[in-house]
Amino acid sequence: MTTTEPDRAATRPGTGRHAGKPRREDTTPAPAGTGGGGGGSRPVDPGGNGGRGGRAAMSEGKRAERRLGWLLCAPAALVMVAVTGWPIIYSIWLSLHRYDLRLPDQQEFIGLENYIVVLTNSYWWTAFWVTTLITVISVAIELVLGMALALVMHRTLVARNLVRTVTLIPYGIVTVVAAFSWFYAWTPDTGYLAGTFAPDGAPLTDRAASIAIIILAEVWKTTPFMALLLLAGLALVPDDLTKAAAMDGAGPWQRLWKVIIPVMKPAILVALLFRTLDAFRIFDNIFVLTGGANDTSSVSMITYNNLIRGLNLGIGSAMSVLIFISVAIIAFLFVKLFGAAAPGSTGERGR
Amino acid sequence: MAATTAPETAAPAAAGGNAMHDARRRLSWSVINLLVVVYALVPVLWIVSLSFKTSDTINDGNFIPRSWTMDNYAEIFSTGIFTRALINSIGIALISTFIAVSLAVMAAYAIARLDFPGKRALIGVSLLIAMFPQISLVTPLFNIERELGLFDTWPGLILPYITFALPLAIYTLSAFFREIPWELEKAAKMDGATPIQAFRRVIVPLAAPGVVTSAILVFIFCWNDFLFAISLTASESARTVPAALAFFTGASQFEDPTGTISAAAVVITIPIVIFVLLFQRRIVAGLTSGAVKG
Repeated sequence: MTTTEPDRAATRPGTGRHAGKPRREDTTPAPAGTGGGGGGSRPVDPGGNGGRGGRAAMSEGKRAERRLGWLLCAPAALVMVAVTGWPIIYSIWLSLHRYDLRLPDQQEFIGLENYIVVLTNSYWWTAFWVTTLITVISVAIELVLGMALALVMHRTLVARNLVRTVTLIPYGIVTVVAAFSWFYAWTPDTGYLAGTFAPDGAPLTDRAASIAIIILAEVWKTTPFMALLLLAGLALVPDDLTKAAAMDGAGPWQRLWKVIIPVMKPAILVALLFRTLDAFRIFDNIFVLTGGANDTSSVSMITYNNLIRGLNLGIGSAMSVLIFISVAIIAFLFVKLFGAAAPGSTGERGR
Repeated sequence: MAATTAPETAAPAAAGGNAMHDARRRLSWSVINLLVVVYALVPVLWIVSLSFKTSDTINDGNFIPRSWTMDNYAEIFSTGIFTRALINSIGIALISTFIAVSLAVMAAYAIARLDFPGKRALIGVSLLIAMFPQISLVTPLFNIERELGLFDTWPGLILPYITFALPLAIYTLSAFFREIPWELEKAAKMDGATPIQAFRRVIVPLAAPGVVTSAILVFIFCWNDFLFAISLTASESARTVPAALAFFTGASQFEDPTGTISAAAVVITIPIVIFVLLFQRRIVAGLTSGAVKG
């Protein structure tokens, strides 16, 4: 928001300022006609009581605008808060209780015991490190591939539309469908990849191979999204800048590293932040590819298992809260260490 | 945005250089593009190929079927499991998209156009939700929905879908709304239109391409969801296709479900492919349509 504020003020001197100004001379009949805000304030403003005094009169247009703003945002805000706010609080409450649906009589407040159980459990830590590993590797690969793809989409001389359309397919396709495609591709006998790359084994029963395939599936699916975010950043790099660099004798790589990437840095950081948080909640691919076998569960996966298969809401909620805290820490680190702007602001600037 | 600037960068490059140089560059770009196309399409073509294989060739590991059949498709549509899931998927995704986009249009207009306290808070909240780990919501929602009787119903899935789609829709739409020529709105206001009229008569038609685009993005999100779909449903009554696919595996014990899963996967991929084509066209149309120019 902060970054766009000045532009917006500049591009719309008419509405905000203009509406406010005529209101200053509220005694004359003319402004009611000129200021659009005046007309709008009437149906929205029920009492209009406050509009008498000088200061209040000046801000009447502003208050109408404010009221309209609230009115328009209220439904969206209410839904978002109702569907997330209450469950989050409830989740924290659940996590402090022994709450097992199979043992309904034993519900009681147990403080942080669930957290202790989870944090001293090796399954949790295995899942945590598997998730971290998958996140780091897949996001790193995606960044490189996504950058290449963005450059191709940005620069290609032929079939630009075809490339962009095709690129959108992995992004749009149902994750589970893509996961099944990879699953069958790596199933011995059935798959076209299993026979070639793993002729004498079942890659999806081996831990390292499974994780590699999970990363492959994740990278394939989300690189286009990364590329689209980067493409938006790439569009912001002024052509003059790269041309000037070329004129000064910078080669393509130098231009990429010294000109394009520094200018794109905010877009890159936002893309990284979004993808990291997204990768950390990986679930669909693992569910289909391995079902969490051979210690390939992610944190989302073991939480699901505790909840739906184990029906242990207390433990499940404690895990939920821990995942939430992990995500918050990742976001915090991005903002503090790398100086990523709040994604909203940069995301909007990117557009 | 990217689409607008791209042709400009391509034009001088193509116009420059001599014909020989040009031809070589075009060739190398064609090769690179081909790689991108192969990358994007191979896994999709593989599942399509599997869906057309006969049951005795399905395990031959060939990328292209040796013998083709429609049996897998006939089979999934002959049982109620898939058709029911397909109806659930379509209904739930359409309703969620409609509600989410309607709410987002209003909120995005306010964010893009109006100045009011609490705007930042709203943006902050939607940002939080966009980054929120969905699994963290599954546990409490599972219990809340069971108590409210929403578990395993359409509204039980529609509610979280709307919530998680809203940030996406609000961002896309407010970005689109910022690019709309606001002089038109001002002109409408000059002509005596109220802000609400200006919103309805001027902005909404101008924003239509943006609305359609965000609707497609939201639809894709709802259509894709798997975690909520398997966690908040327990039967066929609300189970969507991605969730049903995961249960196909155990459902038909007598034969290998590979073919039927593939066929079902292809069926739910078709709308996405259509949307992607539409989406591209929408962007082009949105940027070149006469509405913006006058």
